[in-house]
Amino acid sequence: MNPVNYLYLAALLFTIGATGVLIRRNAIVVFMCIELMLNACNLAFVTFSRMHGNLDGQIIAFFTMVVAAAEVVVGLAIIVSLFRSRHSASVDDASLMKL
Amino acid sequence: MENLIALLVAAPLLGAAVLLCGGRRLDAVGQWIGTVLAGASFVIGVVLFADMLGKDAEHRILIQHLWTWIPVESFQADVTFRLDQLSMTFVLLITGVGSLIHLYSVGYMEHDERRRRFFGYLNLFLAAMLLLVLADNYLLLYVGWEGVGLASYLLIGFWQHKPSAATAAKKAFLVNRVGDMGLSIAIMLMFTTFGTFAFGPVFSHVGETGEGKLTAIGLMLLLAACGKSAQVPLQSWLGDAMEGPTPVSALIHAATMVTAGVYLIVRSGAIFNAAPDAQLAVTVVGAVTLLFGAIVGCAKDDIKKALAGSTMSQIGYMVLAAGLGPIGYVFAIMHLVTHGFFKAGLFLGAGSVMHGMNDEVDMRKYGGLRKYMPVTFITFGLGYLAIIGFPGLSGFFSKDKIIEAAFAKGGTEGWILGGAALLGAAITAFYMTRVMLMTFFGEERWRNQPTRSPEAASAEPAAEHHGEHAEPHPHESPKVMTIPMIVLAVGSVFGGAFFSIGDRFLHWLEPITGHSEGNSPLSAATVTGGTMVCLLIGVGIAYAMYGRRPVPSVAPRGSLLTRAARRDLLQDDFNHVVLVRGGEHLTRSLVYVDHTLVDGVVNGTAASVGGLSGRMRKLQNGFARSYAVSMFGGAAILVAATLLMRAV
Repeated sequence: MNPVNYLYLAALLFTIGATGVLIRRNAIVVFMCIELMLNACNLAFVTFSRMHGNLDGQIIAFFTMVVAAAEVVVGLAIIVSLFRSRHSASVDDASLMKL
Repeated sequence: MENLIALLVAAPLLGAAVLLCGGRRLDAVGQWIGTVLAGASFVIGVVLFADMLGKDAEHRILIQHLWTWIPVESFQADVTFRLDQLSMTFVLLITGVGSLIHLYSVGYMEHDERRRRFFGYLNLFLAAMLLLVLADNYLLLYVGWEGVGLASYLLIGFWQHKPSAATAAKKAFLVNRVGDMGLSIAIMLMFTTFGTFAFGPVFSHVGETGEGKLTAIGLMLLLAACGKSAQVPLQSWLGDAMEGPTPVSALIHAATMVTAGVYLIVRSGAIFNAAPDAQLAVTVVGAVTLLFGAIVGCAKDDIKKALAGSTMSQIGYMVLAAGLGPIGYVFAIMHLVTHGFFKAGLFLGAGSVMHGMNDEVDMRKYGGLRKYMPVTFITFGLGYLAIIGFPGLSGFFSKDKIIEAAFAKGGTEGWILGGAALLGAAITAFYMTRVMLMTFFGEERWRNQPTRSPEAASAEPAAEHHGEHAEPHPHESPKVMTIPMIVLAVGSVFGGAFFSIGDRFLHWLEPITGHSEGNSPLSAATVTGGTMVCLLIGVGIAYAMYGRRPVPSVAPRGSLLTRAARRDLLQDDFNHVVLVRGGEHLTRSLVYVDHTLVDGVVNGTAASVGGLSGRMRKLQNGFARSYAVSMFGGAAILVAATLLMRAV
């Protein structure tokens, strides 16, 4: 099977994730969309690794997973504390960072 | 012998330092300290003079190097004195006449409580002037030049409680600054042209330099000379300088200050000789000033201001002669020396008259004083005969030579300059006869006149001891004042003859200034005859106007020219309209440009940055998703740009 197809898939997944981040308000859904984008990247890395015949892409994919795990911990903590203080998981309600 | 030169300057400088720093305990003896130190300088001058006379003409230049002043790479300024025949002449004039004026001031300033300070300033004046004429380079000369300006400021404004005196001092200082700018620019030009400003090297390099640069230097030197010597167009300070005590006027007009400009031009003769255009400018300035001053002198009723106009005119003669080049240098200096005698004598005489007349200066309130002040009358009369050029007296010899030299310039210029000088001689005779007749002859107009206003009397401290009489009691001045007047009168009578017989003065100065005869279209006898005719016409008209008819106590309205001349030929009005108003307009327009253009650019930049930031601030709305949009947008643009670059 032509590995370029995996790249198309990765691009599709990334676009879905990005669109989700932009249009959804629920923090949990936004969060899942970010995970989707990260995994789309991982797929692209692994595919490139396969295409070029070396392991660099696979190693970077592992790094991404580690970072994503850490990010999930921090991100969920933020979302939980946000929910506790505002009783809402909408990202638009947390619009305090403005003049 | 050359080690003595520094003492010439040091003696009066020491006097100034002691008197100005010594405090009140010197109040009682201050005047004598000042006079003795001025006299000491004169004695040293005489010793050096005697020594110089004993040498050949080639060995008469003495150089004393004191120390290196500013050693910076090629910019080398030394404190070096140069005593040659030219500076020797000035040294004797400055210290001699200066000492006599010191002596006179002992009597004149007797009742002034700030007398010690006055003598300190007088000594400072002498020291600065001596530094000026003894300097061996232009930069050191500039120090003396500025010192003279400072001392004149202090002395003209000595009675600083009078607003008019304070203003006159400021005016003199400011007008002089304009001239000083000329001198400093000239020195800078010299340094860039010749790489030095010492007299010797500069004069020896003149031959290798383009005429344009020399003309520029010459014109700047002329500007400097105009400031110090009160020549048109920088003449306006001289009349107001009469606000100072009379001995100061005598010092400024005879021995120091106004002679500095003539000295500068004669000293820089080598530069002017090689720049005919600058020379022409010098002669024009001299000729215009000699007529200008003479006309002003004719209309003034204030005895000191009439004499001030006369000084301006006589210095005009000297500048004219100095502008003629080697034909005239010697005669410029000779007239300067004889003028030093008779003008100092005239001013001291005027001071003596004022001393006896409750400090009245209006000649219309004098009259018939010859009976009351015989010594003043005789010495003033001799000075008068000398200045108008009465045959045999000193002015006759020196002025006659200048008129001759002006004709000898040749061509149309010669005729114009000579004619101006002759006309000036006639006007000189007129205004001096007028002064003489109004002061010493005619009815006693000071009798039965109302008391002077109390403000005027209290404004002058010297008047206090006279009390406020309804009528002045003219009396002869004390000996300490009359003796200097007698000595100066003797100089005015015999000086010219002594210098001229056997061309003594010519032979004395020739090695320094050079001399050439020129070819006069008129014989010497014709010029002398013409001068005599002019003299008689001037005296005759003055006698007809002021001798045969009584002089009114209140000045008549007079013709348009008289009224203009009373206002100094509108010099102040001219300065006011052109320079003050012009300056104001210039400043206003510059302020306008500053406010609109410069501030506009600065404020406009600030305002547009501020406005733009205000707009951009709205982008920061706090919604995480809109930030995410801009992030994605930015990333998309970066990717697109990268791909685009790849494709290209």
